[in-house]
This record gives sequence, C-alpha cells and structure tokens, in this order.
Amino acid sequence: MTTSRTRVFSLYAVMFGLFMIVGLFQSWNLSLAILNLCLISAIMSQGVNIQWGYAGLFNAGIMGFAALGGLAAVIVSHPPVIEAWQAGSTGLLVAGLTLLATLLAIRIACKKITNRRLRTLTVALIVALGLIIIRQTYLPATEAIEAINPTVTGFLGGLGLPILLSWLAGGLLAAGAAWCIGRITLGLRSDYLAIATLGISEILIAIIKNEDWLTRGVKNVIGLPRPVPLEIELQQSPWFMTLANRLGGDIAPLSGIFVKLCYAGLFFLVLLLIIMLSERSLNSPWGRMMLAIRDNEDAARALGKDVVHRRLQVFILGSMVIGIAGAMLTTLDGQLTPVSYQPMRFTFLIWVMTIVGGSGNNRGAVLGGFLVWFTWVEAEPAGIWLVDQLTSIMANENPIRQQLLQNAAHMRHIAMGVILLVVIRWFPRGLLPGK
Amino acid sequence: MTGIDLANAAVLLGNFVIVPALVYGSQLGLAALGVTLVYGILRFSNFAHGDTMAFGAMAAILCTWTLQAAGISIHPLPTALLTLPLAGLLTMLLLICFDRVIYRPLRRTRAAPESMIIASVGIMFILQGIVRLVLGPGERNFADGERFLVRARDVREAFDLAEGLSIRVTQVVTLVVTALLVLALMIFLYRTRTGKAMRAYSDNKELAQLSGINPEIVVMLTWSIVAILATVAGVLYGLDKGYLPFVYFSLLLPTFAAAIVGGLGNPLGALFGGFVVSFSEIALTYAYKRFLAYLLPERLEPGTLMQVLSTEYKFAVSFLILVLVLLIRPTGLFAGKSV
Repeated sequence: MTTSRTRVFSLYAVMFGLFMIVGLFQSWNLSLAILNLCLISAIMSQGVNIQWGYAGLFNAGIMGFAALGGLAAVIVSHPPVIEAWQAGSTGLLVAGLTLLATLLAIRIACKKITNRRLRTLTVALIVALGLIIIRQTYLPATEAIEAINPTVTGFLGGLGLPILLSWLAGGLLAAGAAWCIGRITLGLRSDYLAIATLGISEILIAIIKNEDWLTRGVKNVIGLPRPVPLEIELQQSPWFMTLANRLGGDIAPLSGIFVKLCYAGLFFLVLLLIIMLSERSLNSPWGRMMLAIRDNEDAARALGKDVVHRRLQVFILGSMVIGIAGAMLTTLDGQLTPVSYQPMRFTFLIWVMTIVGGSGNNRGAVLGGFLVWFTWVEAEPAGIWLVDQLTSIMANENPIRQQLLQNAAHMRHIAMGVILLVVIRWFPRGLLPGK
Repeated sequence: MTGIDLANAAVLLGNFVIVPALVYGSQLGLAALGVTLVYGILRFSNFAHGDTMAFGAMAAILCTWTLQAAGISIHPLPTALLTLPLAGLLTMLLLICFDRVIYRPLRRTRAAPESMIIASVGIMFILQGIVRLVLGPGERNFADGERFLVRARDVREAFDLAEGLSIRVTQVVTLVVTALLVLALMIFLYRTRTGKAMRAYSDNKELAQLSGINPEIVVMLTWSIVAILATVAGVLYGLDKGYLPFVYFSLLLPTFAAAIVGGLGNPLGALFGGFVVSFSEIALTYAYKRFLAYLLPERLEPGTLMQVLSTEYKFAVSFLILVLVLLIRPTGLFAGKSV
C-alpha cells in the first residue's frame, strides 16, 4: 500500500466517530441500521472497485446485478408454492427448453450456413418458430401460476432453503448475467459496456417488476425467512430477558440492537472475506497483470496477454460481488420490493462511493461505501435545514419557499453530484489512493 | 375483406403505430443528435444528456408560466414554443459553465473517456437535484393551445369508417420543429466554415488543430448546439407526453441505442437511428388483434392480443437493437467513429 497507515487509520477513526455521534445523540438503533447499510454499500462499492479500479471497466448496471441478488434471495429461501409448481412447471419447462433449443439452433445456423442471405432467412425463421412455441406454452403456464391464491402467493415461491445460501446464489446469478453481457461488449469500445450494462439493468428490473409468476411483481414478496432471530421472539425468550435485566434498559430497543448486531456481524464477515480475497488476488501475478492491462493496454497485449478474456474475468468477479451484496440487502429487508430499485440509488450512488473512496484501493472502496452512504442518509435532514435557512428571508407563506421546502430532500442529489465532481476534478485518486 | 376493411386497417395502423412512431422518432432523433455530437467532438458518452433535456424542459415550463401569467399566448400553438430561445440560452449557459469547471480541466489532463463519463454522472446528479428541487418529482402538464388538429371522430364521419385518425397539435409541432432544426443544423455543419471546422475536428483532432482550428471554440460551439438540441427535444417530449423528470433519465437507453445504430459521431445516422428505435419499439409493443381482424377472414380472427412484447418491456427493444448492432456492425449502420 502506498497510502500511509496514519491516513487510513484516521479516516476510519472519523467514520467510527460519526457512528458514535449518531448513536449518542440520535439512537443506537439508528446508528446500527445505518452501519448495516454501510456494510452492504461497502461490499457493492468493492465490487465496482474490482471492475473499475483493477480493470478500468465502467459498469452502469449495478442496479440490475443487485436486483438479481435480491431475486436469488426469494428463489432460494421462500417456501415453495406446491400448487403453483403443479399448475405451471411443465409449461415453463417446455418454454425454457424451447428457448435454449432456439438459441442453440441460431448458433448452429450462424456457423454452418455460409450464404449470407440464406443465413439471415434461416435465423429469422428459427426465431419466429421459437417465439410462437414459447408463447403458446409460456403464457398459459404463467397465467395458471398467477391464478393460484393471488392475494397471498400467485407465484412459484422458492426452494425453501436457508436464506444465507442465497448470498452465494445471488453471486452466481449475477456472474451469469455478467458473462452474457461481457461476451457481447467487452471486445468493443469501453463506452459500449457502459451503455449495454445500463440497458441490461433496466431490463432486469422490468422483468422483476412484471413477471409476477417469478417475483409477484409490484405486489412484493414479503416475510422472507431471516438468518437471525426475530425481535419479538427475543423479547419473550428467558435468556434475553435476564440479559436485558443485567444491562438495565428497555427490552424493546435492546432486542432491536441485538438483531442489528447479529446482521452486522454476518455482513462484516462477508466484507472481510471479500476484502481478503481481493487483496490477495491484487497482490498475485494475476492482479499485477490486471493493473498492467489497466495502465497500458497495448503494452500488455504486446506481451501476449489476452486482454479481452482478462476483462471478462474481472467483470464477472465484480458483478458477482455486487450480486452477493444485493442478496444481503434483500435478506436484511426481509422482502423484495421491485419498485425500490432506482438507478440513482443503486447504480450511480455506488459509483460515487468507489470514486470518493479511492479507485484501485480496497480499503478506499470500503471507506467510500461507509462515508457516502452515511452522507446520503444524513444529507436529507441537512438539505431541509439548509433550504429552510436559505429561504428564511422570504415570508413563510411564500409559494417559492413552500415549493423549495417541499422538495428539499432532493438537495442530496446535488450534494452527491458536487462531491463526485470535486473528487474527480481535484482528487481523481480519491481519499485513499491506490497504486 | 373489402376495401372498407382495408381502409380501416390502414387508419388503425396509422393512428396507433405510424404517427406516434414518427413523433417519438423525431424526439429521440433530436436527443440522439445531442449525444452523438458530444461523442464526436469530446469522445465520451454523455450520461447527463437525459437530464439536460429535463433541465431545458424545466426552464421552458418556468418561462411558459411567466408568459401565461402575463397573458401572452400564440393560440392555437403551445406557448412553450415561444420560450424555446430563452430556455435554450439558459441550458447553453449551464452546459458551458459545466464545461469550464469540469470537462475542460479533465481534457487538459488527458483524462480517460471513462473519467469523462463519471464526470457526466456527477453532472447528472446535480441536474436531477436542481430539476426536482424546482419543479418537484411529479408530473407537470404545460401544453396549452389547441389540442387536436384532426379529431378521430371527424375522420370517422368524413370517410364513413369504423376507425378514426387523430392528430394532435403537439405531434405536428414536433415534426415541424424537428425538421426545421435538423435542416438548420445540417446547413451549419455541411455548408458553413465553422461547421466544417467542427466536422474536421471530429474526424481528426490533431490535424484540425494543425490547420488552425481552435479546439476551445469548437467545444463551446458543440455544447451550445447540444444545449439547443436537448432543450428542444425535452420540450417537445414534455409537450407531447407530459413532463415527468424521471422519464428523461430513462430516455437515455433508447437515445444511446439510436446514436449507436446510426454510428456514434454521425449526425444524420443518429436521426435515422431515432426512427429505427421508435418504429421497432412501437411496432413490437402494439397489439395487432384489431388490425388483423380487419384483414383476416372471420374464422381466422386471432384470439389473443397478438402483441409481440408487452409495453412494460419497451426498453428491451432498444436494448435488443443495441445488442444486434453491436454484434453485427459495431460501427453502426452508417460508418461511425472507430471501435
């Protein structure tokens, strides 16, 4: 590390101090709630750091990969809806197999047929045929599934496995999506990756919002199983009562703190593991090669490095980390709410974290995740206060003042933009610069 | 099938596919022109373009309210048309400011295109904040003046058809304004000395500089043109479909798709790309049930909606076009910048 230890230490100390302040002056429950989201943000930011800091890839579809993680949480942990499986699984299976067969047929046709016009015609025929079969099998199956008890289920449910497994599954799902998108765009100009990822994330969100048989769509999947005890159960268990008695204090907030600490412990473990692995890979021959490619692509290519393939690797790894974080977020919320996936919050805010923290530096990415999420949360009340102060010369009933006060929460967008621009303009290497 | 059936089918298709796609295509084409110009001259994908459009539309809405309060209008046309010069000027000033403070220093340090994209993300944040702070995140309707040029009922009665064709004033305004603006831009780019200098700079920076073209002036000009294009596109879209801040951001994907279809950096290609995207989007999400019912014999009438994709997936169409172009012709249908 080229960054001095004192700088790392002091910045993390500042962060710790901020949590203490919130804990002491607002409440410990709030402080821990922010901490948990900070930990998840730090993991997402680390995923982006792997892509941007190691390889200079601009991924504008973080939201999509995080949503895939959330989808994995539902698929893995929700108890299966047996009736729905009986009603629709055959149709879905046939549709899925047809899709695979169509893709395979297109691939074969592209390879075998040399005549251009004939090839285009064949591919068009295959696509049309495949689409017709898929529509005929898929639509009745999904309608049958969605018809079953629509107010409570109306979807396939999941596998009923422990939700912790979904963290891995989320990573794998995101990695698969990253493979597809990377194969198409990574050989081309860097801009195309940005635009294609922006597109794929919009589509993934559209799927999660509209495919009710899979995710219940905008009706949300609620009450996912939790890896930690419920607050209400804690409050009734004897050992927790004695603990609360010994600590002295109200049992309700204490149980909240206990649960949040459990989550924080789990998240911290994952973060530590990811940081350790990233650190080791960056200091390995593979990591040095990645940095060499990032810094001078032509030279690396001249030395015989397969640049496109390495980029694909790093893109998949980074997306996997984002998928894991997405699954963790859904686990923490205990529900999948498709409308909550907004590009500003899930894609571009994560970018601010990585850039502010220091690209190419794992500790920097984590610090950025902490600092920026903290600012994002606290900027809302601060923005309202600021607008209130700035417009206080106007009369209270002034419509302009009323209008500005009503929308003051959007000040935090401006704050984030200014922070990002200041960093990229004057401190392009971030708070904790990398190598 | 009779002649009447055929006419009904044609009017139906015109009303729900062709007219909307022409209008939406012009709006997208203008937006894609802005993106493609930034790409051609400054060599990065401007993620803030959607929100620049929102800013331009916001400025126009504020001016429109002022004019309406003063009782000025150009009935039957929407008042917002009068405000275009001022709104465009405001957007221009803003973009030139951003260039002075952010992009120019980055250019001087020869920053990677990705750094420029990140800077545009920062600007996007600021623009979104300003737009929402001033007008709020909700929908605003600022189209005034006459609503319809041709009413569906009039067409039905005049030609004794079952289907009607309605053409809104905002749709005609979109087409006319787009045509005029594109014509002016093309004359500027291909006929004037400055325009030629801009194209030369886009082709080869170093050579252009050696021939005495001042890069700073070219960049200023680019931002000015982009500001006008974005404002006009934003206002036209807002007049036609209602102003909603979030929608402008989601226009980014079809806009980029249009610019890439036409070849990034190619102005005429971008306009053409806008129509490719809009026609595919609307044609693939339209339900053809009624259309086919006119054309097919009764026993063949379709039972389903005959819709290829539901409208929720309209962005998938832009994406599909994007992926197809990237796979088959990465430089776009016309030659774009090198890959």
